[in-house]
Amino acid sequence: MIGEDDVRHVAKLARLRLEQDEVARMTGELAKILAHIDKMSELDVAAVPPTAHVLDIVNVLREDRAEDGLSRADALRNAPAVSDDCFRVPRMMG
Amino acid sequence: MPALDPLRLTAREAKRLLVDGEVSAAELTKVYLDQIASVEAVVRAFILVTADNAAKYSTKVDREMQATRGPLAGLPIAIKDNMVTEGVTTTCASKILSAYMPVYTATAVRQVWEDHVVMLGKTNLDEFAMGSSTENSSYQTTRNPWDLATVPGGSSGGSAAAVAAGEALWALGSDTGGSIRQPAALCGVVGMKPTYGAVSRYGLIAFASSLDQIGPLTRSVYDCALLLQHIVGRDPKDSTSIALPEPVALPDAERLDGLRVGIPTEYLAAGIEPGVRARFDESIARVEELGGRCTEISLPHTEYALPAYYIIAPAEASANLARFDGVRYGHRCAQPEDLLDMYERTRGEGFGPEVKRRIMIGAYALSAGYYDAYYGRAQKVRTLVRRDFARAFADVDLIASPTTPTVAFKAGSRTADPLSMYMCDICTIPVNLAGLPAISIPCGLSEGLPVGLQLIGPAFSENRILQAAHALEGAIGFEPAPTFRDSGAGEQATEPVSSRAAAS
Repeated sequence: MIGEDDVRHVAKLARLRLEQDEVARMTGELAKILAHIDKMSELDVAAVPPTAHVLDIVNVLREDRAEDGLSRADALRNAPAVSDDCFRVPRMMG
Repeated sequence: MPALDPLRLTAREAKRLLVDGEVSAAELTKVYLDQIASVEAVVRAFILVTADNAAKYSTKVDREMQATRGPLAGLPIAIKDNMVTEGVTTTCASKILSAYMPVYTATAVRQVWEDHVVMLGKTNLDEFAMGSSTENSSYQTTRNPWDLATVPGGSSGGSAAAVAAGEALWALGSDTGGSIRQPAALCGVVGMKPTYGAVSRYGLIAFASSLDQIGPLTRSVYDCALLLQHIVGRDPKDSTSIALPEPVALPDAERLDGLRVGIPTEYLAAGIEPGVRARFDESIARVEELGGRCTEISLPHTEYALPAYYIIAPAEASANLARFDGVRYGHRCAQPEDLLDMYERTRGEGFGPEVKRRIMIGAYALSAGYYDAYYGRAQKVRTLVRRDFARAFADVDLIASPTTPTVAFKAGSRTADPLSMYMCDICTIPVNLAGLPAISIPCGLSEGLPVGLQLIGPAFSENRILQAAHALEGAIGFEPAPTFRDSGAGEQATEPVSSRAAAS
């Protein structure tokens, strides 16, 4: 059974800040959804291969040819902060 | 110019009028811009109406393109706002992309632009296409033109409502677990999810990459085929895209002689409203009258499809949505302390409740210790669901079912219980898991609201589905007549008349 500590742990993995009221609500909702999902455990799937792709296509190849990608200006156009033609981010270490 | 009724005009007829010079692209576009002006205040199908651009472009089609017109020239279209459009804001109905201005265009959209369609605007959806009612949009709640107190379905609810309300001639949507077919059913229009890979996903903001597929929402099966013709094809920018083995043909069938149609017992087992069941049974009788043969079939793993989907789709979503981190585009929180604080607060502020829920389910299912029990198992169940379909298609040509268990439900009636919302897609989700093509066509009304009939085929059987749907559409004779009435929101409807009078 998923608890509030699990929810806080997963939120950290997902880089998602949840307020305390969200953690409480999410715990109840996820418990219900996961209980429904646990229906899958009724099936014996030991001998069943997992689906990697729905169609029988393999090894999609293309010519190894250089093409223009986005220009630097276009790539930076939507950035919240830019400096010296780069994405600007806050400091990483405390 | 002949009098044009935007609630009934098909793309086929509009194209004929344009080609014959009976109407100009500018006049045709104005019909839809006028309809938007008159009903959009109550339907709220569009996040953005590009009225000026549409008017200007349609004039250009008339004046400058007489000799060079593309095959869809002048036909006005609405685009779901999860397909990026260069120079036109694209929000995915999320606060995290509220100011996003794409620098490139989705392949499917580019294809119809190159055929000279007129884009009317970008339509509303559940945030990141996660939902079945369009109530998860961060911007507005779209309403169903057949009853404004009910939802249009989702996640392509804006596209479906726009077509149903005559605010667009046709539209593009996307379908991950039913997001084209379910709103098409609830709004009384045609909606098709093609075979996985038939339409490029390049520029479709990814939700669940192994399930997502772009497709048409239209007023007729012929129109659906016409639009599909122009969006399919292999795209070097999407390595999962694939050329259909035969071109999409415009349907002309009036009979179904010899067609074997399977009816899956499991889809009719539980939760199908009596009114929906009645319309479905009548449709099956039509199949037989047209020369088709209906047999009951079994898809034994149907009840496991929804649980598998609610691991696979959120798992893929949690990975796909990792890119919204406040670095390259979209919202960034104010004054972050450090990088981690920026990631967490940006995403906490930018995503709505359903998106957070799905990210959490996905991250949980993929986390250490749970991977085999959830994601690994779900992908094996997916194999079982695919095998069910493969076995069935050894004996039948198509599978028929109701598209949804119920007609359009009241706005707000399912938002408090995520599982009840997920159940909307019980008849459509298995199709995405198996990558199959399927269509929903209107097959009548129940309590004044449209009912959808779903036809599912094997991979690459688009033409077979379209032919059968076309013949059935002719036999059913559905009348598109949304009333724009408002039956009221349950309790609120009992509000005393005097207080409403005082308010107005």
